[in-house]
Amino acid sequence: MQKIGVFVCWCGSNIAATVDVAEVVQAVKTQPGVAFATDYQYMCSEAGQSIIKNAIKEHDLTGIVVCSCSPRMHEATFRKTAQAAGLNPYMVEIANIREHCSWIHKDKNEATQKAIILANAAVAKVNLNAPLVQGESSVTKRALVIGGGIAGIQTALDIAEAGYEVDIVEKEPTIGGKMAQLDKTFPTLDCSACILTPKMVDVAANENITLYTYSEVEQVKGFVGNFSVTIKKKARYVKEDLCTGCGECMSKCPSKKGKDEFNCGLNNRTAINIPFAQAIPNVAYIDAEQCIKFKTGKCGLCEKTCSANAIDYNQKDEIIEREYGAIVMATGYEPIKLDKFDEYQYSKHPDVITSLELERIMNAAGPTGGTLLKMSDKEHPHSVTFIQCVGSRDISGRGKPYCSKICCMYTAKHAMLIRDKYPDVEVNVFYIDVRTPGKNFDEFYRRAVEEYGVNYIKGQVGKVYEKDGHLVVQAVDLIANKQLVLDTDMVVLATAIEPSKTARDLASMLTASIDTNDFITEAHPKLRPVESPTAGIFLSGVCQGPKDIPETVSQAGAAAAKVIGLLAKDKLLTNPCVAHSDELLCNGCSQCEKVCPYGAISYIDKEVNDHGVRETRRVAQVNEALCQGCGACTVTCPSGAMDLKGFTNRQIMAEVDAICK
Amino acid sequence: MIYTYYPGCTLKTKAKDLDLYARKSATALGVTLEEPEDWQCCGAVYPLARDEIATRLSAVRTLVSARDNKRAVVTVCSACHHVLVRVNDDMKNDADMRGKVNRYLELENEYGGETEVIHYLTMLRDKIGFDEIKKKVVKPLEGKKIAAYYGCMLLRPSKIMAFDDAENPTIIEDFIKALGAEPVIYPFRNECCGGYVTMSDKSLAKKAAGKVMASAKDNGAELIITACPLCMYNLDANGGADKLPVRYFTELLAEALDVK
Repeated sequence: MQKIGVFVCWCGSNIAATVDVAEVVQAVKTQPGVAFATDYQYMCSEAGQSIIKNAIKEHDLTGIVVCSCSPRMHEATFRKTAQAAGLNPYMVEIANIREHCSWIHKDKNEATQKAIILANAAVAKVNLNAPLVQGESSVTKRALVIGGGIAGIQTALDIAEAGYEVDIVEKEPTIGGKMAQLDKTFPTLDCSACILTPKMVDVAANENITLYTYSEVEQVKGFVGNFSVTIKKKARYVKEDLCTGCGECMSKCPSKKGKDEFNCGLNNRTAINIPFAQAIPNVAYIDAEQCIKFKTGKCGLCEKTCSANAIDYNQKDEIIEREYGAIVMATGYEPIKLDKFDEYQYSKHPDVITSLELERIMNAAGPTGGTLLKMSDKEHPHSVTFIQCVGSRDISGRGKPYCSKICCMYTAKHAMLIRDKYPDVEVNVFYIDVRTPGKNFDEFYRRAVEEYGVNYIKGQVGKVYEKDGHLVVQAVDLIANKQLVLDTDMVVLATAIEPSKTARDLASMLTASIDTNDFITEAHPKLRPVESPTAGIFLSGVCQGPKDIPETVSQAGAAAAKVIGLLAKDKLLTNPCVAHSDELLCNGCSQCEKVCPYGAISYIDKEVNDHGVRETRRVAQVNEALCQGCGACTVTCPSGAMDLKGFTNRQIMAEVDAICK
Repeated sequence: MIYTYYPGCTLKTKAKDLDLYARKSATALGVTLEEPEDWQCCGAVYPLARDEIATRLSAVRTLVSARDNKRAVVTVCSACHHVLVRVNDDMKNDADMRGKVNRYLELENEYGGETEVIHYLTMLRDKIGFDEIKKKVVKPLEGKKIAAYYGCMLLRPSKIMAFDDAENPTIIEDFIKALGAEPVIYPFRNECCGGYVTMSDKSLAKKAAGKVMASAKDNGAELIITACPLCMYNLDANGGADKLPVRYFTELLAEALDVK
């Protein structure tokens, strides 16, 4: 028989104004197992905690119930209090009589009756509680960052700075990501490459960082502190340790028909290629689909040219197995495909471009050497029209329902830069709303309008078409309430962004949850924004939701801090409230294995002794380090073999009975 | 191939060509079009009132009769097709509407949108195939530059009509190619012809139809084809002084199949 103490908190007037706490104390004293009950103004205060500690010692309590606020608020506090008095922390239950009762009711009598019922239910549960002990697991002191854009770079640098080893896996031949493709950044207009490339060099130079470029994560096994990851390093056909990045091979390569991905396909590149001058690693790779040697067996010019003997046509994909304690998703984004937005003629007309393509056109290392030119005839445009929200805030199903967040600001930047460099060019921007929350953002937008004379028009574009050698934009001006037909030379589409296509597969490998738009879900939208609900998986950058560079860098640092906090531990305490299978009841049906979102359940053949009958059965087994205690398996199990420690079926039913009495 | 053929009122009066050549071509293509004896009005305009059943009932009767005959319904008129598809969609997906209509009609077997409603053009594309039609063309319309005019009724709302890409449709251009002619792509092929506004504001209708006509001409078309009697009327009556000839697509089909 338990000896239970009940502690009713007033929470100042938060509870006591609506619930008669003295009546709760009197009522709960009659419950089976209750040896002591009292109330106090602030149970969470030091004085309140002393009352609990003294009562535990004085009355030899075996369990306690605290009637107070939500367990999310102070369960941990009271568990520590109990532990300090020598009680197992899992012998503590919280009856939430604040959020679930006093805050939401007005009638004092009814609220008091409800508080009594909630207290009784908690007492009924504690009567069946058993002491639980947290397990321990080790921590591999190395982190994996998936994605080598600014998010991944910053996270890796911060982790490395703290003295831990960190590996970056990047699918492209170089790190740098989207930021490397940008010309200028808002709202300061500093050169994107100038602020990014030193960080890329830092990554390459840092002893704690290992780079796997042109590589992909193939498989992830294990759990927090003990991940085992298989990485596929694709064949570059160039030996990384020998290549000096001199670029001689590129000047000799006769295959020049590959689309230059770095310049958004606006120009061609050679089959052997270094994506851009500041690439890290500064090592060439061969695009086998374009390479004449691979297609016909003849050529080999790059091999003859290379003075470092770095070319290796026989190189094979390499499989690398490594152990990690933590994994950071930094997989970034892509602009959406525009094939469903034919009204803007993107696929038909070369002078209709995306904003990312404009970045490359405006960039000195881009296809036009930084001169704003129409891609159709390489002539100077006299007017440029921007269309915002192409595929963003779209509920028709063609685009994305969310705001891509960065487009308003980069469009203002583009418009300003064009007006600054080419004052003769007329610039119109069509918008639904202009959204500029952020430090110095609205000031920036107003400068575009007021100082640079960018013409902002509230309204959407219905159609873009070609007429007599120029483009015509048919739109509506909502403020003037009239239809507009504008002649223009270039149209720039502020295309919605979506998570990288790799995010979904990776998320399922990592058992990290993902939302309907393929953004990785955070553990709590406000309070745990850089952690996945799956322990040991952290989020950095746009893979979690649209964000600009400063926000990405902040989040990258926050993710690194969380990783450092994890790697700093020698042992991890595991949550003891995990599932447990009664192998005598288990019928081996695999239902629990199918519903487990964490891959914590596996099946083994095991010899069991069922009332004297020894036989080998296929039974479920829970990996307690992986189990997050969600309870999905316990409600799924048809034979009642699965149970959750700390929340057993008996405990839950006892609570229900107490409430329904 | 046997289909329930729903002509609609305009095909019996103003748009006799659309009807006549649709039937002749169908025969030439080995398709039997059965016109129900007692068909009634499609409703003419799809009612936008969500709780109004009266204006949907006649369309439902057509759909029910086709279901009872185990046939798909083929329409040629864009407006009839539009109303039948959307009412059918309501019957399939709007439980409240389905309940009300069924209770009112007191049908022997409840109707829940089971009938397949196809346009003559989608029949050509999906049931017969443009490749097959190409083979059956006797007099290819070689060298003719033809502009397809879609109007709005067939394309929008695109999710429900599920006819073609509303912004970049290709079905009539593919049809033109199958007849051996050259399709002219022009930006205004899916813009409004003016519709019923011609009754209240002639100048507005002239502006709308004039734009379509000018756009087709500027892009080198010699002829415009359409599937919609109202589009035909607007382009013809409001298309301006030096307008291009406008014909129904079925007439060209009959011409190419040499059954005109």
